Amino acid sequence: MSARELLKKIGARTLYTFNEELLDKEYQFVFAADLMSDALAMINANTDSTILLTGLANAQSLRTAEMLDISMIIYVRGKQLSETDLELAKEMEFNLFSTNLTMFECSGVLYQMGMKAAGND
Amino acid sequence: MIKEIYKVEREDFINAGKVSSKIKTILKELQVPGALLRKIAVACYEAEINMVIHSYGGIITLHISEDGLVHLLFEDTGPGIKDLNAALTPGFSTASDKAREMGFGAGMGLPNIRRVSEFFDVKSSSEGTTLDLRWQL
Ligand SMILES: Nc1ncnc2c1ncn2[C@@H]1O[C@H](COP(=O)(O)OP(=O)(O)OP(=O)(O)O)[C@@H](O)[C@H]1O
Ligand SMILES: [Mg+2]
Repeated sequence: MSARELLKKIGARTLYTFNEELLDKEYQFVFAADLMSDALAMINANTDSTILLTGLANAQSLRTAEMLDISMIIYVRGKQLSETDLELAKEMEFNLFSTNLTMFECSGVLYQMGMKAAGND
Repeated sequence: MIKEIYKVEREDFINAGKVSSKIKTILKELQVPGALLRKIAVACYEAEINMVIHSYGGIITLHISEDGLVHLLFEDTGPGIKDLNAALTPGFSTASDKAREMGFGAGMGLPNIRRVSEFFDVKSSSEGTTLDLRWQL
């Protein structure tokens, strides 16, 4: 599933795009978590095709993605990053989006579209 | 040979994770392969966050030897981990509300660190906690 298609389905708006090309990249996995250690436990070989879905719009969600080599984060419930965190995100070269859907709704839509659960191997 | 020493301040929520980011950059420049790099970065970040949210602060030492041993040492000045067995159990956490707001407190950090480290040793007393982690490149 390309990022572009999937973002359209969940009505996502762009917070920041570092790399336009990644919008045509195929993503296969999603990890949904508000607790960063749960996400950090999910270290596998496929993190570059994994999307982090979270309601935690702060610097630590960015750091977590950075450590895992995740390039795309979707924030649920319309969450926005602060100016400072957005600056940090730019340094880290992420593509960031926000959807008004809840974690449950967004997960449901992505699951129906064929996205798979990310897990450690 | 590389040796770097970084200071970590207690409850410095703004900078939490910066040291791990720097260390990840150094390892990336050394062309450490992705899977191993992520393991080291994740362990380092979890341990750095623990110093920020649970300890009085301390230092992180990165040591990379000629023969490719990556050694990370986390030394803080207290208050120590009262029950190490409990702390190593998935789900056990004494994290503050502030730490939980940041997205921590699942009680998964130490179990994660142990799982991704090739060598793992933790020592703790009321004087402080020392976490010793190693990987061979
Ligand atoms: N450096 C430290 N100094 C004092 N206590 C610590 C330290 N590191 C861990 N602990 C204690 O061990 C517990 C378990 O740590 P662990 O990292 O597994 O979970 P956590 O930090 O509470 O939550 P998580 O890491 O999942 O966000 C902590 O809640 C805390 O009580
Ligand atoms: Mg922890």
